[in-house]
Amino acid sequence: MRPWLLRRLAQTAATLLLALVLLFLLVRLAPGDPVATMLGEDRAAAPEEVARLRAQLGLDRPLPAQFAGYVAGLARGDLGTSIRYQRPVRELLASRLGPTLLLGGTVLLVNFTVGTWLGVVQATRRGRAADRWLSAAAVTSYAMPSFWLGLALAWLVGLRWRLLPVGGFTDPLGEGGAADVARHLVLPALTLSLASIGAVMRQQRSAAIEALGAPFIVTARAKGLGERAVTWRHAWRSALGPMLTLLGLWLPLVVTGAVFVEAVFAWPGIGQLAAQAAAARDYPLVLGASLLAAAAVLVGSLVADVGQALLDPRVRA
Amino acid sequence: MTSLLAALWRTRDGRAGLVLLGVALAVAAAGPALLPDPRAMGDLAAGAQPPGAAHWLGTDQLSRDVAARVAGGMRVSLLIGVLSVAIAALAGGAAGLVAGYAGGATDAVLMRLADTTMVVPRLFILLLVLAAWDRVPLAALVLVLGLSGWAAPARLVRAEVLRLRGAEFVAAARALGAPLGRILLRHLLPNAAGPLIVAASLGVGDVILLEAGLSFLGLGVRPPTPSLGGMILDAREVLATAPWASLFPGLALVAIVLGTTLLGDALRTALDPREA
Repeated sequence: MRPWLLRRLAQTAATLLLALVLLFLLVRLAPGDPVATMLGEDRAAAPEEVARLRAQLGLDRPLPAQFAGYVAGLARGDLGTSIRYQRPVRELLASRLGPTLLLGGTVLLVNFTVGTWLGVVQATRRGRAADRWLSAAAVTSYAMPSFWLGLALAWLVGLRWRLLPVGGFTDPLGEGGAADVARHLVLPALTLSLASIGAVMRQQRSAAIEALGAPFIVTARAKGLGERAVTWRHAWRSALGPMLTLLGLWLPLVVTGAVFVEAVFAWPGIGQLAAQAAAARDYPLVLGASLLAAAAVLVGSLVADVGQALLDPRVRA
Repeated sequence: MTSLLAALWRTRDGRAGLVLLGVALAVAAAGPALLPDPRAMGDLAAGAQPPGAAHWLGTDQLSRDVAARVAGGMRVSLLIGVLSVAIAALAGGAAGLVAGYAGGATDAVLMRLADTTMVVPRLFILLLVLAAWDRVPLAALVLVLGLSGWAAPARLVRAEVLRLRGAEFVAAARALGAPLGRILLRHLLPNAAGPLIVAASLGVGDVILLEAGLSFLGLGVRPPTPSLGGMILDAREVLATAPWASLFPGLALVAIVLGTTLLGDALRTALDPREA
């Protein structure tokens, strides 16, 4: 397992570095000059002001030197300075990490418990009414724009029923305590779960159908095991592997959805920060957030692969 | 073609997808001709009107006809979705053909690039472009949306090419002296067309949701061009008093994305019965 794991880690690091090269080039391929873009309306800014900004952003150096500088900074944990806030990008991202992890973690937990359960329920009732309705629900969840669903829930639960707050969450450790955090969390987490659970259900359904058709299931049934034990002790366990793979595929969906849901509910996470930074043309901050998103996706697929390898030794080969 | 349509119509998903998409296309095509100008502002003092005889789906807070704007927005959404996915399929398909057939270092480099592109969520690529580039006209947005989706079709086509590269009909074509381009385009590509079409039809929904989301953040399609996401953003401030102004553009989005997704599923079943 050790050599396999080391190889896999090196691969992850290499992919992240390559992603950084791509993102960096994307910024530099810009038609027009980032400084001119930033100054926007005040294009008549004094030349020395432009030169100062260019030097501050490191744009006066050749491209390879700029990239080397960024990577050297990254190795020290320095992601550059935000143009809009004039503060280190790392500090800004760190201050928003808590709310994002809280939201993402809740959604992960809900989707991978409720979603897998529903998928297995579908597989055992394949082709029957329950399966058809749940399939329709799953594909609708997939087609649902998360921001629209969020607004609909905010309107119904927040404005009409006045049950839960629709925004105004500021600090996870604020004076309201855990109860206040939970009240603010319900609507964003519910929105993001509903908009992403369909993918989990679809994957688990087909994995469980495949597992239920395997010869060892026939053996288990022939031994006289009850259907419940066959489904949950035998079939479900062998369908766990494909589920783990989904984690890597599903994370980008949630990272993307979080940007929209955070915008709807004014949730002070990284998604909201990235969207506002893009609107404010704060590209060092967007670059930092994109890199963090890529790292999250990579870690997700790494965890999935390690889990797979633990479940199934053939993967390690 | 007719037999494919018939095969699609036989499945429940296929029927639902064809109907939803057919209605969406009809509304997008005919709507702007039949409905008032989506940009025309009526009596501003009247405020947002609920659905009624004069305005089927009501008006928004600027007294613009919601039905006309939904039709215009659907047109923009469908156009962006189809164009971006076509770009993704072309770029990815070409890369996949080359990677699969050439193998070796070319394949390794291209697939590493594909892995890398797939790691960065597409939304963040778009946010970065919108932040760093001076101006992002709609055409550039479509291009970036398309190119950022090249990796999935590339892998699909590559897998098919790898499967068939050693097949007898390819060896026969080579023995007959067929040039490389002909082998790639006439012998290998048609065999990869099925999975590519399925992936493309499933991808249209992703792109449409991305564009709508960007417009909802105020970053995508610029007014006065109507867009479904932009309408939902505008209607947000009157959510309590004029919910219809956000309800209908959202329903239109769900209908389009549901239609393309169901159709993609049905296409997969029709083209590859093993997947049923």
